[in-house]
Amino acid sequence: MQYTMIAKMENKPGVLNRIASLFRRRNYNIESLNVGHTENPEISRMTIVVDGTPETVKIIEANLYKLVNVIDVQDLTSQPTVTRDLALIKVQATPEKRSEIASLADIFRAKIVDVASDSVIVEITGTEEKIEGLVELLTPMGILEMVRTGQVAMLRGKTQSGASLSDTY
Amino acid sequence: MKLAGTDIFWECMVREGVEVMFGYPGGVLIPLLDAMLKYPIHFVLTRHEQGAAHAADGYARASGKVGVAMATSGPGATNLVTGIATAMMDSIPTVFITGQVPASLVGKDAFQEVDITGITLPITKHNYLITNASQIAETVREAFYIARSGRPGPVLIDFCKNAMLEEAEFIFPEKVSLPGYRPRIQATEESLEKASQLIAQAQRPVILAGHGVLMAGAMDELHQFAEKIQAPVAMTLLGIGSFPASHPYSLGMMGMHGEAYCNLAIQNADLIIAMGMRFDDRVTGNLRTYAPSARKIHLDIDPAEIQKNVIADVTLLGDVKTVLKSLTDKTAPKEHEEWLDQIAEWRTESHKRDILHWEDENKLYPAHIIRDFWEYTKGNAIVTTGVGQHQMWTAQYYRFDQPYRLITSGGMGTMGFGLPSAIGAWFAHKDKEVWVIDGDGSFQMTQAELATAVQEGANIKILIMNNQFLGMVRQWQEFFHDKRYAVTSISGPDFVKIADAHGIPAQRVTSPKDVLSAIEFAHKTPGVVLIDFHVEKEEDVYPMVPAGADLHDMLRRPLKNKSNPTSR
Repeated sequence: MQYTMIAKMENKPGVLNRIASLFRRRNYNIESLNVGHTENPEISRMTIVVDGTPETVKIIEANLYKLVNVIDVQDLTSQPTVTRDLALIKVQATPEKRSEIASLADIFRAKIVDVASDSVIVEITGTEEKIEGLVELLTPMGILEMVRTGQVAMLRGKTQSGASLSDTY
Repeated sequence: MKLAGTDIFWECMVREGVEVMFGYPGGVLIPLLDAMLKYPIHFVLTRHEQGAAHAADGYARASGKVGVAMATSGPGATNLVTGIATAMMDSIPTVFITGQVPASLVGKDAFQEVDITGITLPITKHNYLITNASQIAETVREAFYIARSGRPGPVLIDFCKNAMLEEAEFIFPEKVSLPGYRPRIQATEESLEKASQLIAQAQRPVILAGHGVLMAGAMDELHQFAEKIQAPVAMTLLGIGSFPASHPYSLGMMGMHGEAYCNLAIQNADLIIAMGMRFDDRVTGNLRTYAPSARKIHLDIDPAEIQKNVIADVTLLGDVKTVLKSLTDKTAPKEHEEWLDQIAEWRTESHKRDILHWEDENKLYPAHIIRDFWEYTKGNAIVTTGVGQHQMWTAQYYRFDQPYRLITSGGMGTMGFGLPSAIGAWFAHKDKEVWVIDGDGSFQMTQAELATAVQEGANIKILIMNNQFLGMVRQWQEFFHDKRYAVTSISGPDFVKIADAHGIPAQRVTSPKDVLSAIEFAHKTPGVVLIDFHVEKEEDVYPMVPAGADLHDMLRRPLKNKSNPTSR
């Protein structure tokens, strides 16, 4: 089963490397990993989707906490969350095909963000399933290129947080 | 106050209590070592950086303080790697300083540049790269704090040369600000309650004591706990010394070369109370059949060790000393006469098979040498070892009643650890002598440190169990590969002559009648002394649980001594 975790970490050089090294070293199976800034410039936030069991997720959590730069880890799997993935899909499109792609995109609330003579770029945001759905429909037309951000996730409602940056001993 | 980076560094080291460090100079370290001359720090020049790392490790294990080693950039740094990994696997509080090329050259493949922070990422608790002088004070402070707190471990600081030369405002940080680092955790009342219930129900409990008991200084707590619930105590290799070997409840060492009665007790227990240990594969054997009828309580300071190898019924997170105290208070006294009688029966059977109680027939057996050494030193010696058969014999036959006396590489099993770690241990106890029990293979790996020991005037006594084999591997070949001794025959040099070349008094012993007088000679002769014991070449370590086998599935010593033709 897939589990979604978020980890907040100090925004320092090499932190991404530490996390990647941990996953490699302990042989954890990452499905997707996304890292970006947060409301606090000193803190980065990572969304990690892993394939495993409840036990492996607990061990991953404990090992993430062992990294000195990791401030907070939450397992969001069984909690109400908003998860989003963004994809850019370049599709083969002769001028006659464009309108068909546009209407497909419309159904998925995706946008066409670039039009060239023989291709278009479709941008879609949503859950993984939604993106898979559009990809499936666009495949017969010929997907030339695709990029996805991987999932980002956030708890609904009240914000939970771990220790603040002022935690000292 | 503005100071040069070099001075900031040494000011911090002095404030962290560093008096001695081990290492090797090199190009980028020149300004740093030049500045050191103004500070009350003794720098021990080892003959190889690996020796420096093990010496810092041995110092830390013997003193309980943070051990420090320093090496230059490039090959100096990479030569530390084995020592860092050794300290990591055994959770030893150590700080490693490596010089680095100037920050402007980092990433340019400069002369003697190596990405040591990248290399040591998985073998340090944490590591740092200092690129400017303003980072020094904070980094050194954090490094020492991280190394010694929580579950201790090695921290590496890679120190760019430009940061040594620049000036910066020196403010020694009073507090460390590490928002993500929470070394202090405490078992919940609920877990303690559950644990005490399991203890109350148990008929056949066994305590498993690991290195964490020693790290936490929880020897008294363990003693009280074991006596209160009348439970026998089995120790991991690194847990040796946490409970007196001569105590009637002591089961000695567990695991692959553990006492048979100890392993049988674990396999027949109905409750395992494990503390400060991590269920290493050398301890458990086959996990699927490990302590099959036992419920398990696991107490450890590192949450990542919980449920890693063995699934525990109750987990107690925290420092062994504090948690064990609470647990003892919560637990009612118990008696387990029947269980202890059963174990005593197994123990009697073990004794019959133990070469310790056999005649030597004028042959030189390591077990007998170590027993004689134990008797001569009254069980009070500080002993370091290399890795292999001699290490296991030391663990089995030197019956440690005191904590922090056995210094040995457990998790990493690093050959060559004995002599350099003894140099470190001696600096922690300069009023005492430190004994090295080594194999001829292990000894040759770091033999160069003899010169270091002599230069420092160390009081180190080296006992080599010389069987002209890489004995542990040879033993596996004997048991599992039809005695095909591939690459395990090692013809050593004449160790007495090697010693002589260093000005070290030495003796060769080939007969059991000369053992005691040689040990006495080593003890009474000041400084470094070496004794080369030419022991039975194909003697084996018993019992042995083959790798991956069930813990109760031990190869036992045959009741009659095997014919052992040696060509000595």
